[in-house]
Formats: sequence, structure tokens, C-alpha cells
Amino acid sequence: MADNPFPLDRDRLLAAYRTMRTIREFEDRLHVDFSRGDIPGFVHLYAGEEAAATGIMMHLRPTDRIASTHRGHGHCIAKGVDPRRMMKEIYGRKGGSCEGKGGSMHIAELDVGMMGANGILGAGAPLACGAALAAKMRGDGDVAISFVGDGASNQGTFLESLNLAAVWDLPAIFVVENNAYAESTSRSYAVAVESYVDRASGFGLPGVSVDGTDFFAVYEAAGEIIDRARRGGGPALLECEMVRFHGHFEGDAQTYRAPGEQEELRKTRNCLTRFRSAVTEAGVLTDAELDAIDAEALALIDEAVVGALAAPEPTADDLLTDVYVSY
Amino acid sequence: MARTITMREAVNEALDQEMARDPSVVLMGEDIVGGAGSPGEDDAWGGVLGVTKGLYAKYGRERLLDTPLSESAYIGAAIGAATCGLRPVAELMFIDFMGVCFDQIYNQAAKFRYMFGGKAETPVTIRAMVGAGFRAAAQHSQMLTPLFTHIPGLKVVCPSTPYDTKGLLAAAIRDNDPVIFCEHKAMYDMSGDVPEGTYTIPLGEAEVVREGNDCTIVAYGLMVHRALEAAQALSTESISCEVIDLRTLSPLDLDTVLESVESTGRLVCVDEATPRCNIAADVSAQVTQQAFSALQAGIQMVTAPHTPVPFSPVLEDAYIPSAAKVASAVRRTMGKE
Repeated sequence: MADNPFPLDRDRLLAAYRTMRTIREFEDRLHVDFSRGDIPGFVHLYAGEEAAATGIMMHLRPTDRIASTHRGHGHCIAKGVDPRRMMKEIYGRKGGSCEGKGGSMHIAELDVGMMGANGILGAGAPLACGAALAAKMRGDGDVAISFVGDGASNQGTFLESLNLAAVWDLPAIFVVENNAYAESTSRSYAVAVESYVDRASGFGLPGVSVDGTDFFAVYEAAGEIIDRARRGGGPALLECEMVRFHGHFEGDAQTYRAPGEQEELRKTRNCLTRFRSAVTEAGVLTDAELDAIDAEALALIDEAVVGALAAPEPTADDLLTDVYVSY
Repeated sequence: MARTITMREAVNEALDQEMARDPSVVLMGEDIVGGAGSPGEDDAWGGVLGVTKGLYAKYGRERLLDTPLSESAYIGAAIGAATCGLRPVAELMFIDFMGVCFDQIYNQAAKFRYMFGGKAETPVTIRAMVGAGFRAAAQHSQMLTPLFTHIPGLKVVCPSTPYDTKGLLAAAIRDNDPVIFCEHKAMYDMSGDVPEGTYTIPLGEAEVVREGNDCTIVAYGLMVHRALEAAQALSTESISCEVIDLRTLSPLDLDTVLESVESTGRLVCVDEATPRCNIAADVSAQVTQQAFSALQAGIQMVTAPHTPVPFSPVLEDAYIPSAAKVASAVRRTMGKE
């Protein structure tokens, strides 16, 4: 076996690939099943962006918190949420992450530090500040991470949170997942600065911008930022420039994209093939090992869908429960 | 031992005692210490009206977090921290400022528990000044309680005495759901008997503050005092009023109201909020639905008009429901006006 030039050992590399592949399989499967009409509601897919969630989350502990977005499935899986419980939730079934009461946009698993996907753009940033404040008061080195897209980076909640985290010196990290589209609107139309690093510096925060389709670039940059925050070095912003393989939501005809754009992105900016090439060409992992993970991810998602379809629907009694702790 | 203190002191004492008994209680808000980063930092203000004064000296910067003027960020941070083991009490100076951070309250805090399938607890208390009478005009004087009672997942409290303020605020802080705690700014200097030790008043329990036979008057906050004035005046006309202080608006203690209406047969609902979909309208509708046969006359509502709060002292005085208007409404239910 060749020398390992990567900052992760073989087991960790395999784990990273497994996470990314599981997300991709989960999302591409939802794309198909949604188009068949099997899934109620709104679904926003993370396919194409897997390296960002995975490269960041591999540095986190279960007690670190993340505040996710409407496009949150990838964050969930990378943070350790069980895809089988997620699938049940997306199908609106009992035994789902939220007992079928939340759906795709509200998946939360508090015991693994997933504070919730969020249907309100930018709303997670203040919540992450609160989680970071609690961590700072505990003094245990935990951090909180807020994800926003390039679209939600224009929300007042996000910008106010940058300032609050800076003036309170919180262990908070703000990840801008710049996939070039805010719904259908181009990033270049809606954001005047060239780089989010400029926005961060405007609030007195250090910022880094990386290619979000390069797992290793994300992993390295996130590692430095997270480690600094754990040691009391304060907040930072990480921009991941990435690509969205599907529409804003499932059912989006995507007439705003250039013809052939997605096919081209799947060929040229596919974080999974990029990772596979890097690790196999370096001789650290083999195609056979990665193929085996592909098959396992496929089997897991099959199992998740079968389990979701077999899970019971909520009952009329469930409509009225869990509004309050006590009332 | 009870002694006479103001409502301002009652709020301060409840905060102090809850901070002393539970280290997870932290306060956040604009100028709650006052003068942060300035030469006169230590307790310069203690809140714009001095409600949190003295707490900084006892609990320090660690637990009294002055915030930037940035309501979305710090109210959201209070809510996020509440899901992570802290028990924050956030002061939103004037409830009118809720507009800039409302999403964090009604889409986030209020919904976590249900939306996440019963897993989340969000023990946050958001204190805010409500009500008119300060000549503070349209954006600093509103009674916005109905905005919050409308939202499942929120609890809403609005006390009318120093005693209730201390006990209800302690209960709100200890409660594991998000609570909007409304303090009427015109009542901070009102005095009353308050025990020195800690005590709680359960959320969701109204109180009959005056017993009577002819007509029930339901009110909350400052309007309780207008209702009591009216009841006193009407007693000279041989009209006997029962006055109910709702105290908590969500959960709403409808049972106490229904029991009273079953006995009096008449109801006047008083609300400083504007009339459409307010607390008075809510109580009226529910009593009509559940106790129609007990009613001997149509329910009367006495509310602010459907206008913003005016600045002119003459106009503002006309805006706020008066004891005379309450008395007049009671007479109408008696067929005497």
C-alpha cells in the first residue's frame, strides 16, 4: 500500500466516502421517488454539495450543534442522523425523526447535535449563536455551526448573527454554501461582493473561501476554523463554492439554467468522482473498496425507503400532541 | 414576609431569585446592564426603566448579557441557547419591536416541540413592555398580546399586580415552554404587598379579584384596574360586578370565566388591544359557544379603537379604555343605558 498523502487515515477516508455516497444515493433516490408522486410536500436536494457537509462534519463531536437549512438532508446524514429515520420523516410516517410532523424541511435529531433543518432562510444563524453561547458558558470546547446558502446570506438574521458572534466572541462558525443560485436567482445578481471573505471581514471575522466540491479543501479549511473556535479563538466564516445538481425544489423545471449545465457539472464538478480519483490514484483506497461502499449505500437507501413505506401513518390523536411541554 | 414594593422591584426580585436558584438562568437584552463598554459601565442603567438594576453587580457579565441593538440575533440566540441547556430570559424592550424578530419567536421557538415530534424543549422567557399611557406614540405603546395568543406553542402572561408579577415571572422562567411575559409600562411604579421569599403562581389560572352577582367583567393587565374602578362606581348604582383578572392569556383559564358567567348571566370583556381578533373577542366567542344559555344579554366588549396609538395626550387618553366606558358597557348589559 502506498504512503498516505491525505490528512485522514484509511478508515476515515472510507468513512468520508461512505457519508458522501450515502447522501448522494439518498438524494438521487428522492429525486426519482418524488417525480413518481410518492412524497408529499416540498423537497430540496443536496446532491452535488456532499463534500461540504462531510468535510466540515468530520471534525465535529455529537455534542457540537449545527443549524441547518431547507436543503438539509446532507447536513443531517453527515452529522449522524439515521437515514432510515430521515426517510420515514420525509414520507410523513411514525418513527421518523420528527414522528412525521416536520417533514423534509424540519428534520432534527437533537441528541446528535442536529438542531433542525429550517424552512425560514437565515433563521438558523441566531439559533447557532445561542448554541455557541451555551457551549462557551459550559467551557467544554463545543462549537456551533450555522449553514446558509448564498441566497440566505443576504438575510438580516445572518448578518446580525455575524456581528453578535463577533462581539460576544462565540465559538460559532458560519458556513456559506454558495451553489450559485438563490432559488432561481444567480448569486452574481443578488450579492454585490466578490467573495464572502469580504463580508466576514466587514464584521471583523476571519473568512476562508474554498472549492466546496473538493472534500480535502473543505476538510482542511474547516479543521483550522473549528479547532480555533474550540480553543477560544472565536467565530469565523467559511465559504464553500459548490454546485447544485437538482433544482431549487423537486419539480423545478430549471428553465433559468443553461442547456446541459447540470450534465456538465455532474461530469466536471462531481465531488464523489473527484474524491475517488484522488484516493485511488494515490493508491490509498481501491476501486473495489469504494464500489463496495456504493453497493452498501444503495442497499441502505433501499432499506430506508422500504421501511418508510411500511411505517405507520400518524393517527388523528397525534394531531394534538406535543404542542407544549405542559399546557 | 410581605412588604410593599413596586412592580418594577417585583420583576427585579423575581429575576434575582431565579438567577440565584438556577445557574442556567441568564439575562439578555439591550442595555439591561447599560453602558457596556463605556466608562460608567457598572449598572449604568439596568434596563431603560431600571428594572434590571443591581443584578450586574451580583451576577456579572457572564450572566447579564448586554446585546447589540439587534433583536433578531439576540432573541434568536436566546431561543437557540434555550434548546442547549440554558434558561434565558431575554428582554425585548418594547413589545412593538417584536416585528423585527418575530420569525424567531413564531416560526422557531413556538414550533420546535411540535415540528420536531415532541423532542425539543425551549425554556425561554421573553419579557417586553406593553401598553399605552406614556405618550410614546404608535411604535412604543401597543398591546400586542393577541399576536402571541394566536400562535400555538407560545404561552402569554400579562400580570396586573406586583404580587402576581413576581410569582408569574418565576413560574414563566421555570416553565419549559417559550413564554411571552408582558409588563405594562404604566404599572412599574404601582405598589403592592409582595412576600420576600420565592413563590410561583401557576400559568393558566385566572383570579376572581372582586366578587359580584349581576355582571362579569373580564380583563388583564392595566385594564383590571379600570374594571375594578368601574365595579366600584357601579356598586353605588346597586349593580354588583364580578371582576376576573385573566393573568395568563395562553393558556386561557376559560373555566373560571364560564363559572362566573353561569352565575351572573352577563359578560363584559375589556382589552387594551385593538378590537379585531383580540383577547376580548376570543373570550366572547368562546363564552357564546359554551355558555349561550346562561347569557341574559349580549356580551359587550370594551377595547381600544381600530387605530394606531396616537401621540397627542388628549387623543391617547381617549384611546385607552376608561373605567367610564367599562361602566357604561356593564349598564348596557343590564338594559340600563
